[in-house]
Amino acid sequence: MSRVSRWLAQHWVMGVALLVLGYLFLPIAVVAALSFNRPSSRLSYDFNEFTLDNWRNPCATSDMCDAVLRSAQIGFLATVAATALGTLMAFALVRHRFRGRSGLNVLIFLPMATPELVMGTSLLALFVAGGVPLGFWTIVIAHVMFCLSFVVVTVKARLAGMDRRLEEAAMDLYASEWQTFRRITLPLVLPGIVAAALLAFSLSFDDFIITNFNSGTTVTFPMYVWGAAQRGIPPQVNVIGTAMFAIALLLVLATMLRGRRARRSAITAAVPAPRAASRS
Amino acid sequence: MSILAHVPAGSGQPASPPQTARSARYRFLPYLLLLPGAAWLLLFFAVPLVQLASASLYDPEGSLSTGYALTWAFGNYPTALQQYWPQFSRSFLYAGMALVLALLMGYPLAYAIAQKAGRWKNLLLVCVVAPMFTSFLVRTLAWKTILSDNGWLVGLLRDVHLLGPDGRLLATPIAVVLGLTYNFLPFLVLPLYASLERLDYRLLEAASDLYASPLKTFRRVTLPLSMPGLIAGTLLFFIPATGDYINAELLGTPNQYMIGNVIDSAFLVRLDYPQGAALSFLLMSAILAVVFVYLRRAGTEDVL
Repeated sequence: MSRVSRWLAQHWVMGVALLVLGYLFLPIAVVAALSFNRPSSRLSYDFNEFTLDNWRNPCATSDMCDAVLRSAQIGFLATVAATALGTLMAFALVRHRFRGRSGLNVLIFLPMATPELVMGTSLLALFVAGGVPLGFWTIVIAHVMFCLSFVVVTVKARLAGMDRRLEEAAMDLYASEWQTFRRITLPLVLPGIVAAALLAFSLSFDDFIITNFNSGTTVTFPMYVWGAAQRGIPPQVNVIGTAMFAIALLLVLATMLRGRRARRSAITAAVPAPRAASRS
Repeated sequence: MSILAHVPAGSGQPASPPQTARSARYRFLPYLLLLPGAAWLLLFFAVPLVQLASASLYDPEGSLSTGYALTWAFGNYPTALQQYWPQFSRSFLYAGMALVLALLMGYPLAYAIAQKAGRWKNLLLVCVVAPMFTSFLVRTLAWKTILSDNGWLVGLLRDVHLLGPDGRLLATPIAVVLGLTYNFLPFLVLPLYASLERLDYRLLEAASDLYASPLKTFRRVTLPLSMPGLIAGTLLFFIPATGDYINAELLGTPNQYMIGNVIDSAFLVRLDYPQGAALSFLLMSAILAVVFVYLRRAGTEDVL
């Protein structure tokens, strides 16, 4: 009996954790199941009959595929711009001392702490007051704005954790500044930049609230789902949802496996390092 | 050799002509790097907030077609608040209830991943984030299926008499709070995990060696040490949850509408910009007030 209670005391936290993970995955399972569903009526959200039609013909409702494509375009443009601007800012913040640094940090932090609702409505107020027509480009502008802070924070973390001595070593070995940047700094920061870009894309692709206020008549994928929720959701929406989940999960798992392999080879390559370090 | 090699890049050397040229270039470099991003944030984040503030003081008699005049109509605020007080307070109530639920679920999850998962740590962490790979709206609609009147969950709850024979989950406050909890839980778990992961296990062992009960160990050691993550996580959860209106719209009815629904309709349906702007500004001020009081009480300003 006491052994049972000791086992319980040891493992109940893990048990609760697994239950919570189940809660997190329940809707995903439902989305995946519904992607194989032939709904009984337009407004029905219940499972009716198994079919592969939705997967065979994901663009049966062409509006939806247009919306997905538009979201991807916006996501791409916003990601490129936000990643470029954010990476430059991260370099300046980590590598340079300058005036107005704390003010800038606040400016970067605030968009992450402001409700999307407030950012969306305030941008709308600006665009309307300035007479800017709402549409594709106002969405891109808004997305670059709210992705920027996340890019800065992500790249900054990577840069701050970087070993400056590697760059100094390159300079010691007569590499020019540009060569050092190109061959040492950039490859080391790249994982951070890639992570920031992926984060920016997923934030942009999935954004609803800010887009809703600044889209005019342009329809992105979340906007399409929102509109369809009133008229009846085509089951293909669940196909897109499932596919997005699967692609992203595969990407993450692949990078995890690669990272593990790279770490292993890095450890074997780094074995003689302690001797070299002690010589200095 | 290394001493010689340091000369061109050196910092300890007295300033020689090529170096002053370089440092002059370097003095402007950070501003050049910062300019585009900072300008973007100023122009499309800070300036719009000013615009929102001024829109909230427009003459409420105006309209989009006839144009608005800035008449410093501070009366917009009490009028809007009086009219939409139920939705306003409901936003904070629902977000608060969701936060309590999320803490009950998220703390054990973060703790288990950080301290008990061993080699499965990274995989479990991916599992926390993975649900966010699917679209927010699609996930919320999935809850509509789970909570639906002829779904298995309602059937089960009716069978065990937790729910009356006509009891529902969908279109009730429970559905909205559950949806909020679900959608923002990862934002709470991730910073909490980061704090708990750094927690030294030996401190917990030391506490129990000194005859602290598990509960006391948690209260006196684990909880205080996880405070930074707890604060960051609760803020990251509470701020978007208060401003959310997707859950109220998809899982609730107008009786569960939060302030976001009102603001959305003010800007996009009723086209009453002054009122929408006033409510939006009120929401931001109220959230900021809650955050500051909370940070003061929690005794740390590190998060900012």
